[in-house]
Amino acid sequence: MTSLTGPGRAASADPVGTPARRGPLGALRALWRGRANRPTGLLLVSALVTVVLLLPLVFLLIEARGAGVGRVASLIDRPLTGQLLWNTVRLTVVVTALCAVIGTGAAWLVERTDLPGRRIWAVLLVVPLAIPDFVISFGWASLSTDVSGFRGAVLVMTLSVYPLVYLPVAASLRNADPALEEVAMNLGQGRFQVFWRVTLRQARVAVLGGCLLVALGLLAEYGAFEILGYQTFTTEIFTEFSVSFNIPTASALSLVLIALGLLVLAGEAAVRGRSRGSRVDRGAQRGTGRHRLGGWTLPALLALALLAALALGVPVGSAVYWWADGTQHPFTGDSLLDATWHTALYSGSAALLATAMALPVGVLAVRHDGRMRRLLERGAYLVLAMPGLVIALSLTYFSETYADGIWYQTAPMLVVTYAIMFFPLALVGVRASVAQAPPGLEEVAHSLGLGRPAVLWRVTRPLVAPGLAAAFCLVFLSAVTELTATLILVPTGVQTLATQFWNYQQNLAYGQAAPFALLMIAITAVPSYVLGRFFDRLPGRAAGQ
Amino acid sequence: MTDLRATLSATPSATPSATPGASPGATGPAAEPSRAQGVTITGLAKAFGAQPVLRGVDIEIPRGSVTAVLGSSGSGKTTLLRMLAGFERPDAGTITIGGTPVNGPGRHVAPQDRHVGYVPQEGCLFPHLDVAGNVGFGLPRARRKDRVPEMLELTGLSELADRYPHQLSGGQQQRVALARALAPDPALLLLDEPFSSLDAFLRTSVRLEVLRVLRKAGTTTVIVTHDQDEALSSADQVAVLRHGQVAHAAPPLELYTHPADAALARFVGDANLLPGTVRGGRAETALGALPLADGAPVFAEGEPVLVLLRPEQLVLLSADAAGSVPGTVTQRDFHGHDTVLTVDTPASGALTVRCAGAADLAPGTPVAIRATGPVTGWAQPA
Repeated sequence: MTSLTGPGRAASADPVGTPARRGPLGALRALWRGRANRPTGLLLVSALVTVVLLLPLVFLLIEARGAGVGRVASLIDRPLTGQLLWNTVRLTVVVTALCAVIGTGAAWLVERTDLPGRRIWAVLLVVPLAIPDFVISFGWASLSTDVSGFRGAVLVMTLSVYPLVYLPVAASLRNADPALEEVAMNLGQGRFQVFWRVTLRQARVAVLGGCLLVALGLLAEYGAFEILGYQTFTTEIFTEFSVSFNIPTASALSLVLIALGLLVLAGEAAVRGRSRGSRVDRGAQRGTGRHRLGGWTLPALLALALLAALALGVPVGSAVYWWADGTQHPFTGDSLLDATWHTALYSGSAALLATAMALPVGVLAVRHDGRMRRLLERGAYLVLAMPGLVIALSLTYFSETYADGIWYQTAPMLVVTYAIMFFPLALVGVRASVAQAPPGLEEVAHSLGLGRPAVLWRVTRPLVAPGLAAAFCLVFLSAVTELTATLILVPTGVQTLATQFWNYQQNLAYGQAAPFALLMIAITAVPSYVLGRFFDRLPGRAAGQ
Repeated sequence: MTDLRATLSATPSATPSATPGASPGATGPAAEPSRAQGVTITGLAKAFGAQPVLRGVDIEIPRGSVTAVLGSSGSGKTTLLRMLAGFERPDAGTITIGGTPVNGPGRHVAPQDRHVGYVPQEGCLFPHLDVAGNVGFGLPRARRKDRVPEMLELTGLSELADRYPHQLSGGQQQRVALARALAPDPALLLLDEPFSSLDAFLRTSVRLEVLRVLRKAGTTTVIVTHDQDEALSSADQVAVLRHGQVAHAAPPLELYTHPADAALARFVGDANLLPGTVRGGRAETALGALPLADGAPVFAEGEPVLVLLRPEQLVLLSADAAGSVPGTVTQRDFHGHDTVLTVDTPASGALTVRCAGAADLAPGTPVAIRATGPVTGWAQPA
């Protein structure tokens, strides 16, 4: 490691414009080391974080090795696996394609046309993201038994996750250089050709990034499919683990699921290639010209209204309906309060931990370059391919095997699992925040006579704080609505909002489940909107991938 | 190794005012009290990994003067600036600022203890503070009340005190950065490519404004730039950095008229370089015998030389004027205030000629050229 952080990395750096190798953490480190020329400490801490992130994967592999390749192969090589593979893959492909079309189309309508009420649409179209998938699923399935199986899963999942494509594409279209479209029109291209050959090209990375998140989310989803009675790898693994206690089978299937996730990651990287939109930045950006919809205004409005009604109106309406219906039953105010407290406790701790873990990696990613850095970043990236269920299983297996099960179903284990699961989200926030505090500002502060502690307090802290808060919120909100890993790891006798909802829902006690669903929506929807605004205001590049 | 580098760096210089015998350690700051208040850089060397960036730099910066460090990208000028500020540690060499050694063997004064003001390339204003907050950033709380309005007044920013950086134009941001750096009354002010992010229209006016403020404040200043015009027009002294060494340090006029070598002559302006022979204090060239200037090196009789003729030293005449050589215009660059012509001469190949105003000479027009001395030159290896 020393050789990588030594002369090798320094030689590859640009000798003239090299920024000082100092970050918020680096500066802290420099306090006791006296100088901060090489980010050795930062690299060490980041390496440690990456190791923790990859622990679940390592445990799984160790377990598979222990069981023997032949046994694992025999567990996988069953007709059931083929059925699961078919179910998982066709759903992933169809929903991802639908989301790409709907998300991109909606983003184009809102950002690039003269559609009336664009600001309201921008909010309404994003809010479904804040509603847990299993609540949307519950909303639909509790209204009609027809919503089930493959078709039901396609409908519900598309409505739940299309904002994952909408959001990045909208941001990308908003920041896109309007000059490119003008040049294309100037070269005699029609409106459709301009959209296809220029606008979409510019938004391509964003569309792909959104599709990646959609596909990975589908691989990891449990609750929604369980409600709809649609069998995928994740539901099967869950059943094997928690109903049959068949850990070897669950682990073997987990390996296949991770392989699928890695395949998705690799596929996205391959399609995206090295193409990045570049723009010669000179001065302020001109406002983007908007296309006139003309006679298409009404159909476009109707389409968006339909989308919002299906994705937002049905689940919320359904929950409210069941809540009103359920008031005949005794209301469980105490359990609601208790579940809220535990949800906040676990999610808050996980958000703190994930943000703290993301800090060194983020500082390294934004401020330094080098082989080690890229290696660490890629390691952290692999976490995306690991569903929460698999992380929970793997950590459970580890505690059972090596620690006599003392950590199983304890708060720390749940918090660590959340932190690993949502680390990529925290990293997005941290990267954005570190980019807000370029090293040049710290240098200027030093030259004005401030020592390191004063610089940290008067410059770095105020600049970085909003982004770190955003990272915290991203993880917090995701943890609040997490169901799968929570069901496995939640301490015995404790309920969170998600698990309590799930228990009532499983017992068909819709009236009692509804308040929990509504509370989760209330907790997540408003902060999500605020968060969305925060990331919108950042310059395009700062927000990272 | 270090000493060798430092000695090698003592570049032969034809200028009388250049650092006299700048051998490291020979002249301590205490020996020359008048200089002690300025900045002395001796034998400064720095490498990033195996790649040397500075190989022994010596510059003497008089107190209250403006020195421009001129160099192309990769010449090490930014590294030099960052070492003056204390952001980087030199591998060898010493820096003395205002009589206080800040870098030397076993010594490195932290940036915050140097009293060196720093204006980075993009201004780097603190985005979370308004203009007054930025300007007062480096001042103790008690001094802000008096000093901030004073600095705002000096830089003409009084009206903008409660604006935030994103509400300012590029030129205004640059002035705030300057006011912020000047507020603590630094012993040395560093400007890193201060005008390069401004568009051409703003650049001149902001530069003049900044120089006015600097002269008024009387602060010793180092400006790093890659723009020759900017260096020549702003500075009292220009130090040209080439391959990590000072190729020539001199006042702008001297640098322009008597550059240390031919490559330098091309770097600080357009140059016609003509071979010639020295006879009786004159250089005989294809454009005639030209008197050698006072500052030119001393040549032996009959020595082959390379003579520098700036484009404005060539005069266009009517075709058969005495003492002229014929030629044909091949290219015309009209700049409004002057016109630069490329003239192909049978005697001496393509020459660059500058004439004031709009010269109505289309390519193909036959002209005659006469050179006006005095000229400088360099011995040409036979």
